[in-house]
Amino acid sequence: MSIPAELDRGFREAAVTEGLLDAAYDLVETPLGTVLVAATDRGLCRLSYAADVDALAAALGPRVLRVPAQLDEARRQLDEYFAGERRDFELPIDLRAAPFQRHVLQELARVPFGELATYGELARRIGNPRAARAVGGALNRNPIPIVFPCHRVVGASGALVGYAGGLDRKRALLALEGVL
Amino acid sequence: MMEPMAIPPFERFYESHAGEVLGYLTRLLGRETAEDAWQETFLRALRGYPQLRHGRHLRAWVFTIATRIALDERRRARPRAGELPDLPVTDGAPAYAELAPYADDLPQTERAAVVLRYGYDLDYAQIGDALGSSAQAARQAASSGVRRLRRIHVDSR
Repeated sequence: MSIPAELDRGFREAAVTEGLLDAAYDLVETPLGTVLVAATDRGLCRLSYAADVDALAAALGPRVLRVPAQLDEARRQLDEYFAGERRDFELPIDLRAAPFQRHVLQELARVPFGELATYGELARRIGNPRAARAVGGALNRNPIPIVFPCHRVVGASGALVGYAGGLDRKRALLALEGVL
Repeated sequence: MMEPMAIPPFERFYESHAGEVLGYLTRLLGRETAEDAWQETFLRALRGYPQLRHGRHLRAWVFTIATRIALDERRRARPRAGELPDLPVTDGAPAYAELAPYADDLPQTERAAVVLRYGYDLDYAQIGDALGSSAQAARQAASSGVRRLRRIHVDSR
């Protein structure tokens, strides 16, 4: 028997209302492909270029459920960003990161739309000028790319260097922002 | 040593079993009441999900939850007239599986045992768990249920 849409949606939303989920997620179409976005009741906690629900559950807990309504605001702002109508994200965030990574990502969030920073500059800004490589590692494991704009970080010579989502995506994001 | 089967993400567990649990509850309760019981089943499953130690027998587990809710509901509800389905006219004794859909005529425990065994293929240990009793009691409830259905629907023709 198939579940009527109303009944299915009612259950998913009851799960959220009753606070029973480790995270709600949805799949969002973007020019970079389908991305998985997930949120706890405290805010956006994950954005992934791989629609991998098992990986999401491994990171956050098994009680993950697709509840599009919970990701409506994130989806809207991502659509606006890709349409060139938004430069900054205004979303509640639930950043799951160890202290060093959290510090790096919070500093990263201050790199404006359309600008770049180098790994070395970011290391200096967090007060650890010799930590460029560790900064790179922290950025590589960024749980919320695009919103935390690790695509705006490049090597000292201006080379793109790397991007967990692939250099094509990094190039596309920088082109969108008018940098490339 | 056997690796414990991992617990799947709840989304996948839900997608795997939501439809058949709704079908099962509809047979036990009728469509209106089944929807509330179905939602309660999956909310209870969600509450219990973190306590699961492994991912084996999740289907039997969710059917257990659904059965308990349905039996509680049946104890509260009054019987409703005019809901017996039309029976096919056949010669010879119907197979057990054909009797299962007509389980509406049975008392609640026999009905649940017959439907779980012949409609959903659970074994008697699992049905015993669902009913809050033993495998032996489940086996007896299923056999009495089938005998009663034969008496009502076959032998009286």
